[in-house]
This record gives sequence, C-alpha cells and structure tokens, in this order.
Amino acid sequence: MPHKRSLIAIPAWNEQESIAGVIVKVQEHRPDADILVVNDGSTDRTAEVALAAGATVISLPFNVGVGGAMRTAFLYAKREGYTALVQVDADGQHDPADLDRLLAGLGTADIVVGTRFHPDSTYHVGGPRRWAMVLLSKTLSTMNREMISDPTSGFRSAGPRAIELFAVEYPADYLGDTVGSLAIAIRAGLTVSETPVTMYFRQHGRPSKNAVWSALYLGRASLAIIATGLKTGRTPRGDDS
Amino acid sequence: MTSNFLAGFTAVVTFVFVFYLLRRGILREKYAVLWLFFSGAALFFAIFPSVLDRISFAIGIATPVNLLFFVTVVLLILVSVQLSYELSRHEGRIRRLAEEVALLQQQINSLGEKDENGSNDSH
Repeated sequence: MPHKRSLIAIPAWNEQESIAGVIVKVQEHRPDADILVVNDGSTDRTAEVALAAGATVISLPFNVGVGGAMRTAFLYAKREGYTALVQVDADGQHDPADLDRLLAGLGTADIVVGTRFHPDSTYHVGGPRRWAMVLLSKTLSTMNREMISDPTSGFRSAGPRAIELFAVEYPADYLGDTVGSLAIAIRAGLTVSETPVTMYFRQHGRPSKNAVWSALYLGRASLAIIATGLKTGRTPRGDDS
Repeated sequence: MTSNFLAGFTAVVTFVFVFYLLRRGILREKYAVLWLFFSGAALFFAIFPSVLDRISFAIGIATPVNLLFFVTVVLLILVSVQLSYELSRHEGRIRRLAEEVALLQQQINSLGEKDENGSNDSH
C-alpha cells in the first residue's frame, strides 16, 4: 500500500486577487497535502501568482470551464498516484478549516460533498433557485439512498475510486461539474456522503440571479441528471488509455 | 418550366461548387458525398418532374411540391443533427487535447526545475 497522499485541486479562472490567499490558508491547514492549481485559460497573472505561492500549476491553453479543469486535476491525481483529492474554489468562498472533515469522510465514502445547508450556516438562498436546489437534492438523494442536501456545492473530496472514474469521465457542461458528476458517480456505484462546511460570501460576486436565470438553471440541471440516468454506457470521446 | 429551369440551374451550380471544394481538399469526402447526392437528386427531379408527380400520386399527396418540401426539410434537419453530433464530438476531443497539453506542459516545467536544482526529488 503506497503512502496516502492528498491533492488539493483549485480550478482558477482569472483569480489573481484571491488565489494566493487561498493557497496560503490551505498550506496552513494541511501542510501534508500537495496543492494543484488548474489555471483555466486565465488572461491575468493567476498562474504566476499561484506558482509563486508554492502550488503546482497546470495551465490549460484556453478556457474549458470548471468541468474540464477538474477532469485535468483528476487525470493528474490518477497519474501521480494520489489517493484523495479535494476541490476548493479559488475565490476564497471555502474555508480550508473544513478540509480535515472532507478528507476524514473518505474513510467511509467515495465522495464527500461539503454542504452549505446546516443549522449553523449563514448561507441562504430563496425563491426559484431554492426550489431548483431542493428538487436536485431530492432527486440525487433518492438515487444515492443517503442524503445529499447541497449537490451544487463545489467544495468536495474524492477517494481513489472516484479519482479513477472522474479521470475518464467528468462532464463539461454547465452544472455538469457539480450535479452531473454526482449522478455519474452514483450511477457507477460509488457512495456519496456529506459534511457541513462554512461558506464565505464571494468578494467579487457574480450578478444577482433573476427568475429567468433560475428557471434555466433548473432546466439545465434536470437535463444533466436525466441525461446521466438514461446514458447507456460510457461515451468514448478519445478517452485516456 | 421556368421553375424547373431555376431548380436545375441551382442544382448544377451546387454540384459544381461542392465538387470544386472537394477537389481543393476544403471539404471532406464524407460531407461532400451527401451534398453531391442532394444536388444530383434535385437535378434529376428538375429534368424529370413527372417522376415526382407519379411518386406523389402513388403515396397520396395532392400537390407534388409538398412532397418535395417535406423531404427536403427532413433531410436538412437530419444533416443539422449530424453536424451537431460531429461538433460535440470535436469539442470533446479538443477539450481532451487541451487537458493533455496542459499536463504535458506541467511535466516539462517540473523536469526543467529538477535539472536546475540538480536534485532527484520527486515533486
């Protein structure tokens, strides 16, 4: 049995302001883990800043989205023999103090999703977006048998079996990287559990979401789940040997 | 008569144009063949419109031109779906290549660092 190694994967697209802070905080909490920044076609100095902060940097030649960046991270983890991977956002929303619990959870599950919905959480969503998330959660929880209250959370960990699976198949479509990947994992017989995490509000926030956005969000997410549920076998897209 | 001439003329122009693209190597054979076939069929019906009349009569369509339009629309939809399929496949492949290129680039960089440090530590 090789020594257990953990990789903290940070997909980053134009995050030069926040990336160094995230790397430093992760290093403080988990000095034993390696940090990989997947620079997703940034046009700013994200790669240089991350490298200077001590992370390993993989730079994609153009922007492929979070899904593509994460598959790159999983490929890297598989080839370098890591047995655990934790995805952390580059914008500082996630608290590295939660890394311990996400990694510890891998003892009993293949994937641990950090949920933003728990009694102590300050995270709150309302309206149509909330309904969409509840529906997604219900659907995935039923598939999984165990509760997944926050399937769109990007703060999550993956064990060896999940790394193996995601290195080959990780959805690139919008929401595919969160909801779709869970559906794929459950379908492949992997176990998913969850643990509460702290969520900081983003500093450079996206524009506020309206009703049309929420409806589209729900539609696309449902499509992601349905498509995965109906998919027959794996689609060979020039997959890794 | 005029409409038949127009249809025939368009078919010939399309045929010649697609053939030219194929010869120049701009269009790949698998796509060119399809368009050559379409323009060939269009030319055939322009020269022998009575064939279209007879087919329409046989399957019970009163206005032959409706059959023509229907078949044309269906074929164009099929081609569009086929192109979307090819496009999706290529996007997937390009993404995969981008990932591989990024991984290789990182490997090269780390090898360069090792050379400079003169150490054999694995990263």
